[in-house]
Amino acid sequence: MNDYEFFIDQSRCIGCQACVQACMECDTHRGRSMIHLEFVDRASSIQTGPVVCMHCEDPVCAQVCPADAIKQDENGIVHSSMKSRCIGCSNCVLACPFGVPHYVAAIDQMMKCDMCFDRTSIGKKPMCATVCPSQALSFGTREEVYRMRRERPLNDFQFGEQAVRTKVNIMAAPQLDAIEFDIMEHVSEDIAYV
Amino acid sequence: MAIPTLSEHEFIDLYGPHLKYEPAGGWHEQTPDRLVKTHCCFCGVQCGIQLKVKDNKVVGFEPWEEFPVNRGMLCPKGVKRYLQNEHPDRLLNPLLRADRGFRTATWDEALRRTVDAIQKIQSQYGRDAFAVLGGASMTNEKAYLIGKFARVALRTANIDYNGRLCMVSAGAANKMAFGIDRAANPWSDIPLAKAVIIAGANIGECFPILTDYIWRARDNGAKIIVIDPRMTPIARTADLFLPVRPGRDSALANGILHVMVERGWIDADFIDQNTVGFEDLRGLLKRYTPRVTETITGVPAASIVRAAEIWGPAETSMLLHARGVEHHTKGVENCLSYINLVLASGRIGRPGCGYGTITGQGNGQGGREHGQRCNQLPGGRDIENPEHRNFIADFWRVPEPELPHTGLTACEIFDAIERGEIKGLLSISFNPLVSIPDANRTRAALDKLEFYGCIDFFLSETARHADVVLAGSLQEEDEGTVTTGEGRCVRLNQSVTPPGNARLDWQIIVELARRLGFRDYFPYAITEDIFRELAKASKGAIVDYSGMDYRKIEKNMGIFWPCPSIKHPGTPRLFEGNRFYHSDGKARFYGFEYRAPAEDVDSEYPIFFTSGRVVSQYLTGNQTRRIGGLVDQYPEPKCEMHPLLAARLGVKENDPVSVITRRGEITVPAQVVKTIRPDTVFVPYHWPGKKSANLLTNRALDPISKIPEYKVCACRVERAAIKT
Repeated sequence: MNDYEFFIDQSRCIGCQACVQACMECDTHRGRSMIHLEFVDRASSIQTGPVVCMHCEDPVCAQVCPADAIKQDENGIVHSSMKSRCIGCSNCVLACPFGVPHYVAAIDQMMKCDMCFDRTSIGKKPMCATVCPSQALSFGTREEVYRMRRERPLNDFQFGEQAVRTKVNIMAAPQLDAIEFDIMEHVSEDIAYV
Repeated sequence: MAIPTLSEHEFIDLYGPHLKYEPAGGWHEQTPDRLVKTHCCFCGVQCGIQLKVKDNKVVGFEPWEEFPVNRGMLCPKGVKRYLQNEHPDRLLNPLLRADRGFRTATWDEALRRTVDAIQKIQSQYGRDAFAVLGGASMTNEKAYLIGKFARVALRTANIDYNGRLCMVSAGAANKMAFGIDRAANPWSDIPLAKAVIIAGANIGECFPILTDYIWRARDNGAKIIVIDPRMTPIARTADLFLPVRPGRDSALANGILHVMVERGWIDADFIDQNTVGFEDLRGLLKRYTPRVTETITGVPAASIVRAAEIWGPAETSMLLHARGVEHHTKGVENCLSYINLVLASGRIGRPGCGYGTITGQGNGQGGREHGQRCNQLPGGRDIENPEHRNFIADFWRVPEPELPHTGLTACEIFDAIERGEIKGLLSISFNPLVSIPDANRTRAALDKLEFYGCIDFFLSETARHADVVLAGSLQEEDEGTVTTGEGRCVRLNQSVTPPGNARLDWQIIVELARRLGFRDYFPYAITEDIFRELAKASKGAIVDYSGMDYRKIEKNMGIFWPCPSIKHPGTPRLFEGNRFYHSDGKARFYGFEYRAPAEDVDSEYPIFFTSGRVVSQYLTGNQTRRIGGLVDQYPEPKCEMHPLLAARLGVKENDPVSVITRRGEITVPAQVVKTIRPDTVFVPYHWPGKKSANLLTNRALDPISKIPEYKVCACRVERAAIKT
């Protein structure tokens, strides 16, 4: 399964939360779901967006961790904070450009999606991508995605000045080659600049 | 008198719903003793799933990726269904009505009390004064057994099932149009279609797994048309969304076909050679111009034309519908009007070409085939057809004149209880107090029963009225078969045995039959004995299972009926070679002028009320309202309304609103969303008591199918004073 990758396609999502419910059921997650699924703006749309950890090549959460508690393994999986090191400061929660890590007060530790390394390491797919009824979350080969899907995978993101490359792919319209997020696109033009 | 003897709160304290969040034994990693390959207990998709079993307890699940229909995919209900096992609310003993609530009884006491009541009521008021209600969440085996029990051991005509609230409009329409009641195609034909019409089917929430089939069709270049008063999850990205005004479906189908005829997008050769009735329909369609259709349906004329442009010339196509068009007093007419779009195109009986209704209940298909319907005998046989009657009478070794004739349908049974004609009731797999429209009347009727016996695994709201509760079995505690929405008969394997003193449902029914003096007619030692008998009973009928056995079903991951011999591989796709099941081999067009719903809006009740499901709950919630994760996902019903309507009513998000119809009133929080027509409000129906949508709905029945009109009635909405 070494050539398997994770693909997220928000346009397929039906908001059913099978991923949220199933994430809890993964043996090592023990009743705690580490996936995010939210309505973008329920008042105007039923669009929902599922977010797993994007597993950045150079993870921002790890960069900002003062306790060096967040580790990336040889497969590129970025793990939850190490219990013995985590000081519960939530720097990672604030710094992640995708809003992924949770600080869990009950255990005073940061928890996040680990792409079900217990499953992927023995040749299974991550739980969420296995159950996802719309395959908005899918785990497969890039070749298969190119053959079967209309949209194209992207893993380069530009947050203002910061470029981020991730292990997880977002499916996007074929003409895009990077996804840019710039707050100025949403700021009215007559704003008074400092 | 079957009046509950405790308050609602007292019942909830004792019998739930309580919320279960964790598997038996807690969340720590548990190595299961075994993984049992079986199926989900909920909707008609019947996803394959593996249940983790440890020490005779279901402790979790593992996706079953080899099962071809869902390939490991599951919805949240499927993920959490295992939490019904080892649930604190589980009934472990038979219960007998006491002065206050219930007391635990022995099986002998409970069965004796039931049999005495049956005999007393039938001797005093006649055989038909005792009714039986079954359900379409039951296996084929149990559906067959409860039908035979009613006809042979009770000899009552009044046996019907909760599929009467669900599948019967489509079933009747399918028989009228095609001569057979089954989805025409396997779901694997959906991704091959270049045009897909989805009418009144909230696929993303009610049959979530089929979403992937729709999206794969789209990946292959299909255009998707969704017809629904609400923008459902699949409607959001559809190529064309037709937000039809509730109760106007037949007119919309006529309007689309009008344009197809006008533009010549019909298959004249197919119509000529393989169908009957098109000329009459053609005349009727003339009036349904896009303009006129827009006026009736509230769908813009341009969208109606666009739908015809997509559907008419498509190379391949599938049309799918569900309760949205079926739950109407013209449910059969709506279905037939949509079937006309399929027949006129000539695209049926080929790969990627066809039609299907999507069954809502776990065994919505099989549950309607084996004789628990008031008008039907096993093998889908007609109870008034002399040949069919003789076959089954001989098969059951009873004289044909003693075989009851057509009885009352589910809602009519409650009407008859209300009138005092039916005095006794035995139910299984049915929670009518929550599911039948006009719940205040259902409650009053239950109170009037001289005897009510209920087989269930949890104490449902209806079961609170019971004199005797017989603790039965969960799906995973028995084995058997169910037939999915695509007509595929699949095998359920037993994961665990019933806990405490609970018994297998079928053993309870057989024991009642024996005590009624019919031991020799119910000689089953194991579940498979019942399957063998029902397969034989179906031999030679249209719904033919006679070539199936458990091993063959399991080995092939399901067999599609008809399967008339042991060598026969089954029939995934019907109508290949344009051969239909009427005696002349032809399909039938039926044209219907649009007619209004039983209760349309007026100045007093100016807003349409409609109802349906949410993804995290199933039917009346007797199972799913006890599962913590599912309840947290959508804890209580809300009233969806458009901001334009909300502004007129002075209502903001989360304000309590009272929804009032001529039958009742409920107060729930408002959910103000742009995803519903401004003339319509929606409240899901999974809840009992004061939040029950079925306090509002209209018990007006389709004249053919006798399905009630859940999907449209008239209401008014007011901002409520008190926070809910």
